[in-house]
Amino acid sequence: MLDYNSILNPTVIGMKPSGIRKFFDIAEEMKDVISLGVGEPDFQTPWHIRQAGIASLEEGKTRYTSNWGLKELRVAIAKYMQEQNNVKYNPNDEILVSVGGSEAIDAAIRAIVSPGDEVLIPQPSFVCYDPITRLAGGVPVIISTTAENEFRLTAEELKAHITPKTKALILPFPSNPTGAVMRRQDLCQLAKVLEGTEIMVISDEIYSELTYGGEKHVSIASIGNMRERTIIVNGFSKTYSMTGWRLGFACGPAPVLSQMTKIHQFAIMSAPTTAQYAAIEALKNGRPDVEAMVEEYDMRRRMIVDGFCQMGLGCFEPKGAFYVFPCIKSTGLTSEEFCEQLLYSKQVALVPGVAFGESGEGYLRASYCYSVSHIKEALARIGEFVEILKK
Amino acid sequence: MNLKLLKLLSDNARYTNREIAVMIDMSEQEVENEIKQMEQDGLIRGYKAVIDWERLDSAKVSAIIELRVAPQPDAGFEDIARKVMKYDEVESVYLMSGGYDLCVLVKGKTFQEVAMFVAKQLAPMKFVLSTSTHFVLRRYKELDIELYDNASDDRGRMSLC
Repeated sequence: MLDYNSILNPTVIGMKPSGIRKFFDIAEEMKDVISLGVGEPDFQTPWHIRQAGIASLEEGKTRYTSNWGLKELRVAIAKYMQEQNNVKYNPNDEILVSVGGSEAIDAAIRAIVSPGDEVLIPQPSFVCYDPITRLAGGVPVIISTTAENEFRLTAEELKAHITPKTKALILPFPSNPTGAVMRRQDLCQLAKVLEGTEIMVISDEIYSELTYGGEKHVSIASIGNMRERTIIVNGFSKTYSMTGWRLGFACGPAPVLSQMTKIHQFAIMSAPTTAQYAAIEALKNGRPDVEAMVEEYDMRRRMIVDGFCQMGLGCFEPKGAFYVFPCIKSTGLTSEEFCEQLLYSKQVALVPGVAFGESGEGYLRASYCYSVSHIKEALARIGEFVEILKK
Repeated sequence: MNLKLLKLLSDNARYTNREIAVMIDMSEQEVENEIKQMEQDGLIRGYKAVIDWERLDSAKVSAIIELRVAPQPDAGFEDIARKVMKYDEVESVYLMSGGYDLCVLVKGKTFQEVAMFVAKQLAPMKFVLSTSTHFVLRRYKELDIELYDNASDDRGRMSLC
């Protein structure tokens, strides 16, 4: 039998197989579980968008597109970026259509990072930045954000982690798992630290449309001269409930995007054609759907924040994405202990905060991609569990 | 008039005032007052449960009756519609465009009972020109609520994204 450990790439073998997997498997198998564990919209892709995908199939549009993606889609993305973020991108060589936001993150990191380069990753955050950085030979440098700052990245924290080897900063806001957003003034402070350096920013803005409480998302690319050093990653999954279509995009300066597109061209060829046609429809006529979904998320958000606060698990008010991140330090349990006991005793599935980095310890992630009645039932059970803990 | 509040109530009339208050950022008292006002104004006409009667032995039968009616000078279809709606057997009455005039939803215990109601009560009414009875065989969805399957969540239970 082959010794696969000596054959396979040690960097890949060394990638943490997400300890959380085992817990997830238990939750999937168990009966009568009510889950707030999924970070994926419960809404279906709006019908007119699905229809556009179907129509493209009926018309026989079943071939590769340009490596960059359909021109019509890139033009629509350029218009969208101008309107939503007030940043101009040339659809010819500054916009790449990718297989979900994930592929754009991968291509961005691989295009920038050489072996030994440091990549700054604020945590708690989505779990892909660290392993992708390692695969590129880079060194992840974790910046722990704190509840005191509402899990925003501060200029001081950023400055304290910059070294001569720093190549890139990942800026994942609005945040999975905390729901934190960066306001204009926060971004201006970061910009001051970054200007004059050679550090690139990979701004993962996949939740940019899901903000609440009046303040709209601000892209760091729209601040000062930040556009020249920023790659914006966004996509259709969260905004239009199109997770399964696998479609995202990256926008950035032409010299960077042309290198990313080389990677994309060799690894992927082109993003799914059907999904690209559906995405054109989404950008052109999907605004009312987004507004309706955001309004619905907002009501659920208020309900779930209130629910956790009522049971004494304080959580700051998340202003973006579709997660709440309540603090469980008062219970004396670790986040994994809490989630495991909750699952076994009340059959409610939540994700332990520690799954998103060490600084997520002491917190839980609850998603509100669920109906209000589902959320109410889950909250009632969690409340009962917390009462038992208090005794 | 608060459209958000109305939308929530039409989604689920059993939300407590407190739940509604939390969801749309009002005080509980404000919610209570607004609802009371809308009830008094007749904007909110009532609250009902959507029940899957087919699960019970005492199942009900219902039918849609198309009525063609001779419109009356001055009163149009108004008088006859008002008379039709007074029967306990009648669940809904709508004035329609198209091939007939009044759409009447009738409920009863058996097909026979509904048929007899149409034959004995609706058809002989003055100015009713004809009736056409369509029995409901199965309900799939009523008032936005699916009665057929329990929708399953195909997303799995846990993910990090």
